[in-house]
Amino acid sequence: MAAKPTEGEGPGALGTQYRLGSDPHIYVTKHMHRFANPARFLRIAGVATPLTLWPGLAITALGLAWGLFYAPPDYLQGDSARIMDVHVPAAILAELGYAGLAVAAAVGLVWKHPLAEVAARALAPVGAVFAAVCLITGSLWGQPTWGTWWVWDARLTSMLVLFFLYLGVIALSNAFDEPGRGAKSAAILAIVGAINLPIIKYSVDWWNTLHQGASITLTGSTIAPALLWPLGISALGFSLLFAATVLMRMRAEIAQTRVRARARRMAEAFA
Amino acid sequence: MTHAAYIYPAYAVAVIATLALVIHAFTSMRRAERAAAEQRDRRA
Repeated sequence: MAAKPTEGEGPGALGTQYRLGSDPHIYVTKHMHRFANPARFLRIAGVATPLTLWPGLAITALGLAWGLFYAPPDYLQGDSARIMDVHVPAAILAELGYAGLAVAAAVGLVWKHPLAEVAARALAPVGAVFAAVCLITGSLWGQPTWGTWWVWDARLTSMLVLFFLYLGVIALSNAFDEPGRGAKSAAILAIVGAINLPIIKYSVDWWNTLHQGASITLTGSTIAPALLWPLGISALGFSLLFAATVLMRMRAEIAQTRVRARARRMAEAFA
Repeated sequence: MTHAAYIYPAYAVAVIATLALVIHAFTSMRRAERAAAEQRDRRA
């Protein structure tokens, strides 16, 4: 038995409630729609926002102060290695953010999951800012270390492409007056653009690049603990702030959608 | 500190961009949720 939406509501409407049968093929959909309920999401986000925001600010401040003032200089790069404490978290979050954007876009496109579209719209600008921070701080590290602000190296170029993909997704999703109309085009671009993620990751292995290979892998790290600790702490802090920002943007988007929906219903009632 | 002319701007860019994102998201959320609450109260 297929799932049937309740009267007057559907998967595209915020506030969807489904009557679900026991058919196993809808098991995944059932659990997905369970978390699609905006009221449930808002309850969870109401708790999660302060739990990510305030510790995120404190941990980021700790990580940056440690990296800037207490960590020793790198034996080879000197003090410029301190830039890694902001560059690496920005790079990781820009890439993870795009992976999240692509997943949200796919879920929104296939299952018309309302929260997935909200998540995609909330993620894109945050990821774009982190991609820009990664590029700028990388350039500021490159000048004293490599002797150049920029090279058309595979890693740098693929990261720049990621930034442009973010801008494309944002532009498409805002290309129409009615929010949601651009969501489909933006979702397709987000999904297609995900091919860039493995290119970024493996660019330093597939091509002969000026950018060094990975220093942290699943099997270990080549970074000294005295430098790794502040990097890990600032990465944790920035990750919490990334999560808090996305949660707050999603809450704002849901509230704006509700205001527009009520205003439309009131206008129709008086027409 | 050597390379301070590169290190401080890099930290400044990261901190300012992150704080701008957080503050913008926070104020947008507060404004939107207040508007939704006021609209709901008016209807009630």
